[in-house]
Amino acid sequence: MKKLVDYTKIVRSKNAGPLFITFDLIFNTEEDMEYVEQRLRKEDVAKAYAMEVSKIDIISYKVVNAIKITFPRKNVSGALADNDIYGCQQHMPLANIEI
Amino acid sequence: MKIVALNGLLGYGYSEEALDIAFSEKVDYLGVDAGSTDPGPYYLGSGKSFTDRGAVKRDLALALPKALEHKAPFIIGTAGGAGSSEHVSWLKEILIEVAKEQKLHFTLGTVLSDVDVDYVLEKLDSGKLIDMSSEFPVSREAIKESTCIVSQIGIAPIMELLKKDVDVILCGRACDTAIYAAPCIFNGYDAGLSFHMAKIMECGAMCSEPVAAADVMQGYMHEDYFELRPANPARKCTVDRVAAHTLYEQSNPYLIFEPDGVCDLSDTVFEQMDARTVRVRGSVFREAEEKTLKLEGVKRSGYRTICPATIYDPQTIENKDLIFNTVTDFIRENTKDTLPESSYAVFFKTSGGKESSMGIIIDVIGKTQEIADTVCALARSRMLHCDYAGRKSTAGNLAFPFSPSDIHVGPVYEFSVFHLAKVDSLLETAKITVEAVK
Repeated sequence: MKKLVDYTKIVRSKNAGPLFITFDLIFNTEEDMEYVEQRLRKEDVAKAYAMEVSKIDIISYKVVNAIKITFPRKNVSGALADNDIYGCQQHMPLANIEI
Repeated sequence: MKIVALNGLLGYGYSEEALDIAFSEKVDYLGVDAGSTDPGPYYLGSGKSFTDRGAVKRDLALALPKALEHKAPFIIGTAGGAGSSEHVSWLKEILIEVAKEQKLHFTLGTVLSDVDVDYVLEKLDSGKLIDMSSEFPVSREAIKESTCIVSQIGIAPIMELLKKDVDVILCGRACDTAIYAAPCIFNGYDAGLSFHMAKIMECGAMCSEPVAAADVMQGYMHEDYFELRPANPARKCTVDRVAAHTLYEQSNPYLIFEPDGVCDLSDTVFEQMDARTVRVRGSVFREAEEKTLKLEGVKRSGYRTICPATIYDPQTIENKDLIFNTVTDFIRENTKDTLPESSYAVFFKTSGGKESSMGIIIDVIGKTQEIADTVCALARSRMLHCDYAGRKSTAGNLAFPFSPSDIHVGPVYEFSVFHLAKVDSLLETAKITVEAVK
């Protein structure tokens, strides 16, 4: 089974402010984007990050064949238990979701 | 109208040739963002900048005389990295140093945007404090513990200073967009286009290829569209890059939230005009009924001592949970008469471990540096020699890369306030002053 990362040109994570983490999936083609858009479920993202389904936003941004995912950080940036201040190395659980 | 963004962050550098090219035609305003919350809460707490003084001075020393010579007001947002009054003083000192060295004279407008604990408590008590995240609810205790709180100003205070016709505007904590949107809106341009252009320009040449926060961007504002073209001839703006920019560090690519309202990009159209220029139209601004300012505050959580090490033995890695529990119990037992458990916190921050090695940082936060040192030393020595069933590497569990093995990190800050405050006026937190630099 293919992983999400196999469909994308870019998979990245970054803080959207210190309280949120946001992920950009950018695809080479509209077809790839739509294929993933139809199959990527909030439930899978929630499971990968131990986050409640209701707190996960998935938005398509077709102008550049992108899908954006955002949810609140459980440990906000710089909290004592935080391990990634900029949030830019949080993308692997998403990248590894099977599509 | 032409606006130039020096780069994405003051102190990150830019091409001097690109700045010359930008100023080879009439420039109406020059802007630069000088701060970010990306590096975390420490900088707001400590009053220090995450940018280097020498690099900041270099960026200013080339740009300031250009702006003054061309009579282009120079707007600097979020001075000193985090924008508290201490950070503004730091940057102002550098600015004045540059002015003296180059014998430059100008009028300087300053906006401070610090707020005190009582201001935030008053907002809380009058129901005017709004949570931004479900995981970070308002806490009265955390507000009271705050050592520094700033408000993120929008365009209003900058427009007040533009009215006063100053040459340089130095802002405390400011929305990145305000730097570039304020002069556009001040000159009567459409707010939707102004905020959208500002959102792209605040990162310098990030919207170009090859991508770079460290270079000059040019924005051309017109009545019903704007155009972007990088100053450096080695770079070009493409529709993909410009359109993709609102994905970056934003929770929603279609909406840019501002103190004054929201900029909606649902109907925005991007058009490639030539090899290096992109035209944008259709972005719409909707004014909010209730105006809000974002408040950012930090508290000091203690002092940190860390000990980094590596474990190469897979048998030791397999037993890590047992080792961590043993160490935690040992610290508690050993300090039960001397340190209350509330006076320290220990984290074992690991990486890797599934293959050949595991990195570990013993991360201790104590109420005082002495407590952090004591607990870290106990954790390190106990972990080094911690036994487990079947252990073969009985000489020691940890490879230390350094002597001394334990490192003082110093004061630790955490965000204590990160909320929206409903305000009667978008100027209510701004302290505006004008002075002559001679």
